[in-house]
Amino acid sequence: MLAAAWVSQEAATRLALNPVDLIIIVLYFVLVLGLGLYLKRFTHTGEEFFMAGREMTAWIAGLSFISANLGSLEMMGYAAATYQYGIIVAHAYWIAAIPAILFLALVMLPFYYICQTHSVPGYLKLRYGEGARSLSAVSFAVMTILMSGINMYSMAIILKVILGWNIHFSIWVSSLTVALYVMAGGLLSAIFNEVLQFFLIWIGCLVIPVVGLIETGGWTGMVHRIQANFPGQDFIHMWSTTGSFTGNPMGVHWTGIVFGWGLAISFGYWTTDFLVVQRVMAAKDLRSAQLGTVIGAFLKMMVPFIVILPGLLALAVLPFHLVPENQGGLPNVHTYNEALPLMLARYCGPGLLGLGVTALVAGFMSGMAGNVTAFTTVWTYDIYKPFIRKEAADSHYVSMGRWCSLIGVFVSIGTAYLVMNFSSIIVYAQAVFVFFIVPMFGTVILGMLWKRTTPAAGFWGLLAGILTSFALWAWVKIDPSALRHVAFSEHAKDMAENIYRAMWTLIINVVVTVVVSLFTKPKPESELKGLVYGLTEVAPEGHFPFFRRPITWAAAVAVGFVLLNIIFW
Amino acid sequence: MEKHSISIWFFIGSLLTMYGILILGSGIYGLFVPASNPVAMSRLHIGIWWGAGMLLLGLVYVVRFRPKRKNM
Repeated sequence: MLAAAWVSQEAATRLALNPVDLIIIVLYFVLVLGLGLYLKRFTHTGEEFFMAGREMTAWIAGLSFISANLGSLEMMGYAAATYQYGIIVAHAYWIAAIPAILFLALVMLPFYYICQTHSVPGYLKLRYGEGARSLSAVSFAVMTILMSGINMYSMAIILKVILGWNIHFSIWVSSLTVALYVMAGGLLSAIFNEVLQFFLIWIGCLVIPVVGLIETGGWTGMVHRIQANFPGQDFIHMWSTTGSFTGNPMGVHWTGIVFGWGLAISFGYWTTDFLVVQRVMAAKDLRSAQLGTVIGAFLKMMVPFIVILPGLLALAVLPFHLVPENQGGLPNVHTYNEALPLMLARYCGPGLLGLGVTALVAGFMSGMAGNVTAFTTVWTYDIYKPFIRKEAADSHYVSMGRWCSLIGVFVSIGTAYLVMNFSSIIVYAQAVFVFFIVPMFGTVILGMLWKRTTPAAGFWGLLAGILTSFALWAWVKIDPSALRHVAFSEHAKDMAENIYRAMWTLIINVVVTVVVSLFTKPKPESELKGLVYGLTEVAPEGHFPFFRRPITWAAAVAVGFVLLNIIFW
Repeated sequence: MEKHSISIWFFIGSLLTMYGILILGSGIYGLFVPASNPVAMSRLHIGIWWGAGMLLLGLVYVVRFRPKRKNM
């Protein structure tokens, strides 16, 4: 399989880069490395290396928050999924993101911020004890490594479709660049580079929807072309086709979108995945952290214009049909995952092509750096420090963090080829999230909101959630007809299966946590101050005019969210 | 962020300025020497517009966030 992939990669060279494109790419690498080396002088202590000194402004925290999420997975994976399922995939950016991000900003961040923990597993240690922390730390570390593999693979696709370069050489150059700048400047370097990468991703990718809509004659023209290319299929409605399992290409009912995607997966990812939460925890104060998160919500809401729209445009203008990943590998056969690079190649001439490739490489790097910095912090503070070397100088842990960055990159490379077994990148990512992140949400949120939740319940609820997720996945793999039980429909596609599995996982996680809590002894209230709602005093945010308050902007984002759903109903 | 003497926005402005010059220059070159294998919608000369926009945005950031000399 690898040999076939290699041959197809070599044969698929489509565009030769112009010297100006190469200069643009090289300039980018020089700048990110220079930025990392420049910031090294500001990261000596553990607080500076792992938490960027907790001094980020709202804008930097917000841009970094969303950029760490806007990796190659987001850009290529969702463009590919849009080609496969249509605009319904935009739910990932709206109902499966905005409510959860606003909930994080207004409800959960105060707890993370007040207890001054270094990580989400660190919060679980304070709330439940060592058992829940260890389980979440190990599962999170495994997840970040698996997710890094996605970024690696996405890079391979970019290089395969557009450049025709030696893929392995290019992956190593990009990965080692990330390792070097994260080793040098830790989270501070990652955050600064993510802000830079955010600009590049937007400017580089926006070319496609702008030129694409001109080519198709606007939104209406694009819709007509899609209908002509794919008669009888509805790719352009978000809600109106979800009244039945067979009315949309994804095979999902609106209940799955709301409860599986919008609640279980979304709240799990946005409120407990340390990769994104770490960025806003690095803000200089609680208000900046909350405002930064709301800024992130707004930016997330806009991402479909550079990710979903190119996928729709690919349905409209590409003269051939793309196929699932496991049917690729033949000459002149392109897969869903190639949708975005193909569109880039279609519209970008010299200079712009270099910019577009740089945007995708930047996306790869921001996603990679996000995983590496989160992995480094969780490994050092939640695995290495409590279990391997409890008492050591701060400089020792910083040194461990620096080396861990390098090792994390090496291990990630090994996971890249796992992705090839899934029909699209995003399906693999969702499967990983459902295994490890969804169960975490029930455990964290019950711990924050219900003081009766006990340490034993925290551990067993989390374990039950993880095992349920794996068991349901294995059940469908062994007996595909089980899909009608897990996802309520034998027509459910991979993504719909993930959505319903997330829903079951969260239900089991919550039920086990509640039941075990009722039969075991809770912690005394004196030990829960700063960790649980009702026992935590949140300092007043001060007298700011209404337009500088997080709640005001959160309301504005919520209104935009509702309007977008109505417009694309 | 005061302790970092060079602002992140200055770095961003510098990169956008350099990219703007390169893409604008490449777009103008394409006006006189058309590519042998043009991309779709090449008649728009999008590189010129995109490059000019990036150059302008980059210059705004560079000027606004340039490192200030400290008084001794």
